[in-house]
Amino acid sequence: MADSSMAIGRKSVVGVGHAGARRHWLTYISMRALIYLLLILGALFIFVPLAWTLSTSLKTEAQTLAYPPTWIPNPIQWRNYPDALTARPFDRYYMNTFIITILSVIGQVLSSALVAYGFARFRFPGRNVLFMLVLSTLMIPFHLLIIPRFILFKYLGWLDTLLPLIVPNFFGGAFSIFLLRQYFQTIPLELDEAAKIDGASPWQIFWQILLPLAKPALGAVAVFEFMSSWQDFMGPLIYLSSDRNYTVSVGLAAFRNDYFTAWHLYMAAAAVAMVVPLIVFFLAQRYFISGVALTGSGGSKG
Amino acid sequence: MTATAVSKRSRFKMNAFQQEAVNGFLFISPWLIGFFVFVLGPMIALIYLSFTRWDLVGDPRWVGLRNYSRLFSDDLFIQSLKVTIGYGLGRVPLGIIVALSAALLLNQKVKFVGVWRVIYYMPVVLPSVAVSLVWMWIYNPRYGVLNGFISQVFGVEGPRWLDDPVLVLPSLMIMAVWVAAGRNMIIYLSGLQGISEDLYDASAIDGAGPWHQFWKITLPLLTPIIFFNLVTGMIDTFKLFTQAYVMTEGGPRNASLFFTYYLYQNAFQQFRMGYASAMALVVFVIIMLLTLAVFRWSRTWVYYESEVVGGGE
Repeated sequence: MADSSMAIGRKSVVGVGHAGARRHWLTYISMRALIYLLLILGALFIFVPLAWTLSTSLKTEAQTLAYPPTWIPNPIQWRNYPDALTARPFDRYYMNTFIITILSVIGQVLSSALVAYGFARFRFPGRNVLFMLVLSTLMIPFHLLIIPRFILFKYLGWLDTLLPLIVPNFFGGAFSIFLLRQYFQTIPLELDEAAKIDGASPWQIFWQILLPLAKPALGAVAVFEFMSSWQDFMGPLIYLSSDRNYTVSVGLAAFRNDYFTAWHLYMAAAAVAMVVPLIVFFLAQRYFISGVALTGSGGSKG
Repeated sequence: MTATAVSKRSRFKMNAFQQEAVNGFLFISPWLIGFFVFVLGPMIALIYLSFTRWDLVGDPRWVGLRNYSRLFSDDLFIQSLKVTIGYGLGRVPLGIIVALSAALLLNQKVKFVGVWRVIYYMPVVLPSVAVSLVWMWIYNPRYGVLNGFISQVFGVEGPRWLDDPVLVLPSLMIMAVWVAAGRNMIIYLSGLQGISEDLYDASAIDGAGPWHQFWKITLPLLTPIIFFNLVTGMIDTFKLFTQAYVMTEGGPRNASLFFTYYLYQNAFQQFRMGYASAMALVVFVIIMLLTLAVFRWSRTWVYYESEVVGGGE
């Protein structure tokens, strides 16, 4: 749309002459001002809840209950952070969450890459049908299967361990497989052929040629899995029952029920829980952005 | 790949094609195993369980269709469907409009696109429980920042937001837009960047204004992404759980009794596994039918032109 209005602009500058050009220049400036104003309002909408969290997390309890609410904590109570994090064994929760998240990322990336390689580079009977099946599982609302899965893990003796949250990730995820297969297909087949002539096995081709070349897609898969493991709530809530096995999210929800109104402590705990994914996001943003963009184009291609 | 490859490998028992097929199956075997163990098996178990009564103690007892007949006279189940669908009807279009508008703004050759993108995307990565606590505190009727702002600026007492049966769903929708708009914005933005400038130049020569161009070029070319958004938004709505569990517990007066939360209550608080399985299965069918309907409907308005839309990556 910018291009279009500027294209029109060019035409009118040429066609209408001096007065018209000046009037156009004014509309152009006010349009730009409006665009930036809206963008700033949007950014404010994003920032206000975060700032409010930070502000509350540094207040005294009395201040959180002050009317009208104030933005600047006075005095600044840093103690809320250690208080909140020791009110429950959050160190344990963070350890559990890190274990789950790291192993899930490794499992998801490795297994999905293997499967994607199988679909991208080998011909076998039923391949297209099976790939359609992978795609169709993207449409299945999986939380509806939580009851039989719970029973499965109960029979395996995995309830109240971290296994139900880790092991399924070692069997590939539909979206990750899809994304990686698309990416592998953009890598020229000639590279495989050349390696094959040099006597490389399919495993070596996968490991030494395709994986290093697919780093952007692997990065996108890894950050998506990191986020979904870190954010998961319903799974850990159902599978984990003893306090020492809780994840951060389950611990945070339980912490909320420990007091009536300890909002300064809740916000301190929530702020810490937000910091980890935010750090990962800032370090790996290009993987997020390109991965999300791929989601859209994948979806639009159907 | 070709005949020479076959003859080269013929000293083995398998020819090259068979060898390739075996390797292919080996590589996809993690997914195949996972599909049977974590998808197909549970699916069959779900169907079986839905005809039984079971509280996890002893063996499931066969009750035929009783769970289903009970389901359709369960007012709370009907309420949970109403809540979920009503929320979806508001939240999905709202999300599309906000994300698309933000993408259109960012596509205006603004400075620091990367910075704006990062800011808007930030909430997407935050853990949902933490976000739920934050918004509970924002919406707090007495001490929350929102009602503090309303009373200071307008001099009136603000509404009770999450404690109000009428406002609870709209309040959750606004929070959902805060959370998810950034992700969809990036998808729309990549779609917008894929639209060829020639189309705009050509239509400008024909005298089309920006408004006309938006309706005749931009929007039609984005319909595949809007459609994608519609389907994923619908499924996400049926998944909504954290907010109901942390923020509202389904209340007030069941006004936010989302389906998944009701399912959780039945299965994991009252241990009615058979009944909850029937519930899950009915909703499974509902989601499939809705998806099918949206696919059918999409044929009348989704515009496919693979040359213009569709990622370059």
